[in-house]
Amino acid sequence: MNARRRLALPLRYAAAIAFTLFFIFPVYWLFIISFKTPAEIFSYPPVWYPKSIQFANYWVLFKDGDAFTVWNSLVLASISTLIAMVLGTMCAYSLVRFRTGGENLAVWIISQRLMPPIAIIFPIFLLYVWLGWVDTYHGLIILYTAFSLPYVIWMMRGYIEEVPIELEESALVDGCTRWEVLWKVVFPMVRAGLFATAVFTFVFAWNDFIFALVLTRTEVITYTVQVTHYFGGQSNFWAKIAAMSVLGTVPIFLAVATMQRFLVRGISMGAVKG
Amino acid sequence: MTSETVDRVLDTPVHRHRMPDRNFRLWLVFPAVLLLLLIGLFPLIYSLVISFQNLTMLDQDTSFHGLMNYAQLFRDRRLWEAILHTLLITAVALPLELVLGLVMAQLFLDHMPGRQLFIALIVLPTIISPIVAGATWRLMFDQRYGPVNQIISWLTGQQQVLLWTVNPKLVYPAILICEIWQWTPFMFLILLAALSHVDRSQLEAAELDGARFPRIFFKIVLPAIWPVMAIAILIRGVDLVRIFDVIWALTGGGPGTMTETISIYTYIQGFQQFESSYTAAIAFLIVALMSIVVTWAIRRMGLAR
Repeated sequence: MNARRRLALPLRYAAAIAFTLFFIFPVYWLFIISFKTPAEIFSYPPVWYPKSIQFANYWVLFKDGDAFTVWNSLVLASISTLIAMVLGTMCAYSLVRFRTGGENLAVWIISQRLMPPIAIIFPIFLLYVWLGWVDTYHGLIILYTAFSLPYVIWMMRGYIEEVPIELEESALVDGCTRWEVLWKVVFPMVRAGLFATAVFTFVFAWNDFIFALVLTRTEVITYTVQVTHYFGGQSNFWAKIAAMSVLGTVPIFLAVATMQRFLVRGISMGAVKG
Repeated sequence: MTSETVDRVLDTPVHRHRMPDRNFRLWLVFPAVLLLLLIGLFPLIYSLVISFQNLTMLDQDTSFHGLMNYAQLFRDRRLWEAILHTLLITAVALPLELVLGLVMAQLFLDHMPGRQLFIALIVLPTIISPIVAGATWRLMFDQRYGPVNQIISWLTGQQQVLLWTVNPKLVYPAILICEIWQWTPFMFLILLAALSHVDRSQLEAAELDGARFPRIFFKIVLPAIWPVMAIAILIRGVDLVRIFDVIWALTGGGPGTMTETISIYTYIQGFQQFESSYTAAIAFLIVALMSIVVTWAIRRMGLAR
């Protein structure tokens, strides 16, 4: 296009670098603080890069047991993702192949994804107090599973629609039961979609803050809640904030890196098929 | 044919499974729908019930109080201010993210060396947890040890000590910068994908006809990317309306109640002031309003088809 051609390459390059710096610098700053000594963190003017990389800030987290909160996040996010994937894919298959519930059920399911957590968390909290589920793994797992389901159903619906129906029909003719068709034909066909959806479902549960803030006390605190424990009125535990944040951030960077091909489809809820 | 043979014929796999299996399809949706009802419908009904009572932490008063809590909603200045703050943040952040994302998508649309690396780096903020994004910017905005004030000091040539998370004039810019930083890459990625699917031959034809860039953009590009753009706006819109984590990390709703949003205010009412029944009334109001807006938007966009 004219306008783009007029922007010569060096100019576009300068703009690209400027944008990239803006988006990457805070991430760099977070990581670099976690490697600094207290003297470097509290120096004025700020130290832009540490003299040497040291891991004392992480060591403290492991020694005090704070790093256990990352394990909690891992347990909650993995198990809820697994359950949501199984139940969600089954539901999506029914919606696609049998048009179960028609458009109304589909609209209702997706509208659940768009509900603000704050609106449901208070009644859920009262229910959990009554059931004795506050600060338990299963309490949060059920909530994360339910909250992930609309997304899983939505995404898997798109992937299942791409499976040719002839394959399933011939499997039926060959004598497979319906469950076998689902298990042996549909699941393998949508394997890539399953993995991609699972990664994003995992990231959403992993990144949650408000549910964990309300429903955990001491036993199943997630890393996101733990990070906020280091905020103080006057002084913040900078080294701990940074190190704990990095511990919680590196796993999802790695998870998403493996699914880069599906990134756009995943975050646009299937609006962009890539 | 005896009835026995009929049974045997119908029992052969092909016949058994060719029949529309009503139970099978219902069993498939049953567990998911049950769970969704638990978190979707139960809270709604439960909120409605206790919103007509007068429960607080100290007072387990379950007698019927009619619309008392709903009447209070309309008198609650702090609530309406929180709604106003939420709408203000949404109204500023959403267009900025959209335009900035679009500009960046246009910039990275054509090939340039290192394009993939640039994109991979730019995307990182969108993946990290919002609470970590808030924590990161809290470190960035620190008045003494944070790099933001340092950079501003360099640019202005004199030492600046700006209190980003305390100064009433600066708290909103601080929240908006963090929000825009985290979510512009989201818009960017989606719009980049949408732009790269626009029909090139149409663009070239328009260029040959001598059409200028703005005209091409509004007549060809925008209509082509609109369906995808609308969904990105919807997703970001509902996310912005429920904004909580970033504000919790940066200001906690302060100074005073200046940056309280709907989510922050509801949290404070429910979990710090323990106004159970009143919180339920607020929650019910939010669910009712959001259900209407969201269902309308989904149907309007034909998302479920």
